[in-house]
Amino acid sequence: MTAITLNVIVQGLLTGLVYGLMALGLSVIFGVMRVVNFAHGEFTVVAMYAAFVLFEVLHLDPLIVLLPIAAVFFGIGYLLQRTLINPFVGRAEHEQFILLVGLATVIVNGLLLVFGPDARPINLSYSFDSYAVGPMFLDKVRVFAAIGALAVAAALLLFFRYTRTGTAIRACADNLTGAAVIGLDVKQLYAVTFGLGLACVGAAGTLMATIADASPSLAQAYTLLAFTIVIIGGLGSMVGALIGGILIGVSEALAGFYIQPSMKSMFSFALLIIVLVLRPQGLMGRRL
Amino acid sequence: MSGIWFNTSWRGKALALALLLVFLLAPVIADRYLLSVLILVFYFAYLGHAWNLLMGFAGQLSLGHALYLGLGAYTATALWTLFGVGPWLGVFIAIPIAAAAGLFIGWLGWRFAIEGVYFALLTIAFAEFTRIGFDHLQITGAAGGLFLPVNGEAAGEWWNLGGGPLLYYYLALALATAGTLLVARLRQSPLGYRWLAVREDPQAAQAVGINIFRARMMAMLISASMTAVGGVFYGFYYRNLFPSQVFDIGRSIELILAPIIGGLGTVFGPIVGAIILTPLGETLTGLMQSLGLNAPGVKAIFYGVTLMIIISLQPNGVWPWLARHLRLNRPSE
Repeated sequence: MTAITLNVIVQGLLTGLVYGLMALGLSVIFGVMRVVNFAHGEFTVVAMYAAFVLFEVLHLDPLIVLLPIAAVFFGIGYLLQRTLINPFVGRAEHEQFILLVGLATVIVNGLLLVFGPDARPINLSYSFDSYAVGPMFLDKVRVFAAIGALAVAAALLLFFRYTRTGTAIRACADNLTGAAVIGLDVKQLYAVTFGLGLACVGAAGTLMATIADASPSLAQAYTLLAFTIVIIGGLGSMVGALIGGILIGVSEALAGFYIQPSMKSMFSFALLIIVLVLRPQGLMGRRL
Repeated sequence: MSGIWFNTSWRGKALALALLLVFLLAPVIADRYLLSVLILVFYFAYLGHAWNLLMGFAGQLSLGHALYLGLGAYTATALWTLFGVGPWLGVFIAIPIAAAAGLFIGWLGWRFAIEGVYFALLTIAFAEFTRIGFDHLQITGAAGGLFLPVNGEAAGEWWNLGGGPLLYYYLALALATAGTLLVARLRQSPLGYRWLAVREDPQAAQAVGINIFRARMMAMLISASMTAVGGVFYGFYYRNLFPSQVFDIGRSIELILAPIIGGLGTVFGPIVGAIILTPLGETLTGLMQSLGLNAPGVKAIFYGVTLMIIISLQPNGVWPWLARHLRLNRPSE
């Protein structure tokens, strides 16, 4: 009983770290620009398909193409911000929402056109291997995915803390007017931010492809999941996104195992409602 | 109402009356297909009105109106199939249930100063929570769905909302017209002005003695109630209910498109939006069929691109632009 529970919790924790990385991208975008990226899950699924295609055609392990995909997603995000999204920074939330819902619709149906509705699994040679650690059995793919997620998240945290660009972006988030006054190129920094957000998504989607089958129907669920995690963890808090991801991962795993898999997200939403009511700024958020 | 009427130029008055007349007489020449498109236009105009009250007037973004739609639809349909309570009575039970849900969410959110994106997320969370709950609620058929008997032409029972397309056509037209009149009246009422004040500047509104919380709760009460009535129509028009469809976030999104495209916070925006959007989708389907294309995704892609273009070029919606160019408002407006 306890060994099984422990197993379930740890598996959820590993998946949760990948969720956390995805949510981190959202947190960065919202925290800096206040743009609600309602196409977040859609981009995640695009990354999953990218990993799938590279695996099927070139037989490349998703862990190898992780960084290239993240780099390409950075480029996509940079260009999107420069062209489509920048005019919407500072505009009303519902306007951003409509723009990104439109974009999400295009992405999901584009995927549907190209790949069809079927789920696409990546069958790695080690897909069903696991490590035995004490009483626990850890899926190899989940362990790799969690390590990958942690590494990317850590890189991002270090970037924001120690590089000049990272510090400048934080300055924009803290005080936009001040940042503009001291001569920061806000437009450029915003584009970099959106690029970084999407790089997170690219990495998270690639890792996700190893533990879940890519399918267009996942997109909306992931968008909601990312928002749930970010709100629970606290908007603008990068550590909060990871903690929120772990919480949701574990709660999903427990609910899926002990109650019913189809009811697992009900508990995530219940958690969201409780957090919003008791602590609207999120677990790690500073203020609202 | 009289205020809106007074502020409309003679062109606007003529256009509104002509439009109503055309819709009243449309069934004389329209075939079943065209009628079904028009039913959708009225349905979305009506639901757009309901949502617009909360977002356009009171300034609170709800992305979970599918909750009230679904509660209305499920309450009336289940009352009929399980207890034989007809929809004309059932609607009066559906309204308080949906209104209570709306007021609970509003109370929860606004009490704790949850606004903007946070409030929108709260509404999504409740809608999704309810969707999954209904997916497992055995008495209403869980995920397998809740069904009404198929509607034969002969089985015209207007008192049970069963009948041919004409019944639904005039019912939907009546809903849309009543919704428009109600919104026009509210817009000119003291409550309507309080909403606008709260939307534009909550602090200033509070300073002049407006109870923000109460104004918002009133908007939620009316909006959720109206949406529930739309839900009853939905249930008896489609005659099958699945939690994954009725409570889906896609439903919430689809019903907010018309007012946003038409013009938020305007009385005629939801109508204009519904008239633009619904036939657009339908025409596209027809066009693709005639070209021999059978790819369901293409239509949605075009839809998405249209949304992005309209929101980029006309962020305030089509109606204000249209009214200006057709000189439908009085010059002073």
